[in-house]
Amino acid sequence: MPNTINILLILILPFIGFLLLGLLGKKYFNKTAGLIGTALLFVATILALHTAYEYFFVYGKVADVYQSFIPLQFHWLQFTATLSIDMGLTIDAISVMMLLVVTFISLMVHVYSLEYMKGDARFPVYYSFLGLFTFSMLGLVLAANIFQIYIFWELVGVSSFLLIGYYYEKSSAVAASKKAFIVTRFADFGFLIGILILSYYADSLNFSTLIERLTAPQSNELKIATAATFLGISALTWGAILVFVGGAGKSAMFPLHIWLPDAMEGPTPVSALIHAATMVVAGVYLVARLFPVFAIGTPAVLEGVGWVGAVSAVFAAVIACTQTDIKRVLAYSTMSQIGFMMFALGVSKYGGEDGLGYTASLFHLFTHAMFKALLFLGAGSVIHFVHSNEMQNMGGLRKLMPVTHITFLIACLAIAGVPPLAGFFSKEEILLAAYQQNKIIYGVALATSGLTAFYMFRLYFSIFWNKAPEAYGAHHSEGGGAMKTPLILLSVGALFTGFIPFGKYVSTDGKMLESHFHFSFTILPVMIGVAGILIAMLLYKKQNNRPDKLAKSISGIYQSAYHKFYIDEVYLFVTKKILFNLVGKPFAWFDRTVIDGIVNQTASITQSIAEEIKKIQSGKVQLYAIYFLMGVIALAIFFIYVW
Amino acid sequence: MMEPGLYHILFISTALFFIGMYGFFTRRNLITMLMSIELILNSVNLNFIAFNKYLWAEKMDGLFFTLFVIAIAAAEAAIGIAIIINLYRSHQSIDVESAEELKY
Repeated sequence: MPNTINILLILILPFIGFLLLGLLGKKYFNKTAGLIGTALLFVATILALHTAYEYFFVYGKVADVYQSFIPLQFHWLQFTATLSIDMGLTIDAISVMMLLVVTFISLMVHVYSLEYMKGDARFPVYYSFLGLFTFSMLGLVLAANIFQIYIFWELVGVSSFLLIGYYYEKSSAVAASKKAFIVTRFADFGFLIGILILSYYADSLNFSTLIERLTAPQSNELKIATAATFLGISALTWGAILVFVGGAGKSAMFPLHIWLPDAMEGPTPVSALIHAATMVVAGVYLVARLFPVFAIGTPAVLEGVGWVGAVSAVFAAVIACTQTDIKRVLAYSTMSQIGFMMFALGVSKYGGEDGLGYTASLFHLFTHAMFKALLFLGAGSVIHFVHSNEMQNMGGLRKLMPVTHITFLIACLAIAGVPPLAGFFSKEEILLAAYQQNKIIYGVALATSGLTAFYMFRLYFSIFWNKAPEAYGAHHSEGGGAMKTPLILLSVGALFTGFIPFGKYVSTDGKMLESHFHFSFTILPVMIGVAGILIAMLLYKKQNNRPDKLAKSISGIYQSAYHKFYIDEVYLFVTKKILFNLVGKPFAWFDRTVIDGIVNQTASITQSIAEEIKKIQSGKVQLYAIYFLMGVIALAIFFIYVW
Repeated sequence: MMEPGLYHILFISTALFFIGMYGFFTRRNLITMLMSIELILNSVNLNFIAFNKYLWAEKMDGLFFTLFVIAIAAAEAAIGIAIIINLYRSHQSIDVESAEELKY
């Protein structure tokens, strides 16, 4: 059985770090904050490894099926006898896998930040925020019911907000953090309504009960949920759509992606942790967590998930080809890869062989966390070295930063899907799943993987080749051990995690899924990927005017892609022009004139009446006595003659 | 010589009442006003006694009421004079119109 204390410790240790460094950091741990945070997370990582080992190899499998355990469950808020909000821990294949990813990447980022953030005035605050984020992400992963996941979901959003706006002196960082918060909050509103709908019809918040009641064909709840309709769509479908909207907001799916590129204003290790490896895949995790509901209850919504993922993947890949800020390229790349994960879920079905997409999606989540965190940390090293985010300020860095160069190359090869690196295996599985279920999405995915290879190597060549190395201020070197070690460890992950037989451990129904690896099937995607790499090499390896010429010859597409297809402008148009002018202004007018007017009128009428009648208070006692007498006489007349 | 009846006494008490009222409304001197109030109270006392004697001679309620009124009038006079003394100390006057700080 799962070791509850261990799992609780994994969750609590980062939280202790947050409290300790947040409350006392400034006073006592100005220098040692990083070490404390890292040490706590190191312990958590060891415990997570232990938990994963025990789950996958000792107790997890019962009769060849990986079981779901709930080692801890208690009522947190008891409203009525049947309605309560519980807190609990779930241990199953995907949560254990996510535990590993989150703790490992977070540990790498903690180590890396020891040097990257050294000398920062708010060093302890930074580490306490990292602790808060890690705690909330782990809580999200381990959540045993849908309301708990929502709580941690918001906590993750808050820590993301805090870390994006970490450099709060910069107005762009403040704007970016607000944008991220508002956009994801907007999506979370959908999520909340979705939770309410699903849990109302399932009459339970717990994942296991909810899934069981909404998927069993003879269940009463399912019948009611599909019978109740709104706008011609059943309540169950609405619930699933709205839950997915929440996931799409967090995972930066089109068209709710606009916050992710701006979120790069945060410190680069934060981007590696939150906006590449862990938080942004929360949407994928959410869909995977509720996968039976999507796959059995509402297959149509799942197909929509697939399309949203595919559109996001190709859309972001096209934009990534034109951006010049290296972190933005990586941000769009992240969005594109999450699109891959989403459509892999979308083309999956529940159970058996048809569940390949599900396995592939989570496999890609796992490998992507490795190489994308590596890419971001490598980019962080480059930015640390060059002091700029712009590609044209870089070039020829391969001799100056050998470790960064090699690890970055490994990550690029991995994401481009070159065998036998991690990305190759997961991407092939996704493509295979797409090929089996939906040929159009398969085509989109093939094109996108070509684009992926192209823009990643455009990035790689622009940073490390292209120009002759300049004098980048020779006074500092590539970075010390604290920055190099995570790069090396992550590149080991990017090299070898692909060999994990993932289908053995993670599948829709817990049964083992044999991987069907056809050598012949992999030829086409790899060829496309290599072609992308070669084109990028041709254009960007040496400094030349071919990229500019190419950009000119397709300037219409290039310009619109460069401007991110004007999505931000559309949002601004909708909010500023339409919402503010057509809705906001009339309401403001109504508020100022009508509502305020009523209040002001009441006040001024009262005042003028008071102005008149206050003269009764003349200060003459005998006058008061006369009023009194008149009152008595009036009462006497009333009682004698009228009563 | 005619025995005085209820009507005579009521006439006197009404006269007393209105004399007191007149004094209360027209005099500015607080002591005079206090005395006017005593007149009003005494007219009420007369009423009590008269009604008791002529209508319910077997009962004592009117008498008791009168005694109460006298006691209360004494207390009221004591408080009133205390107020007047204090007013005099602060205003150097017992003119009722001189105390008008709390008007609008």
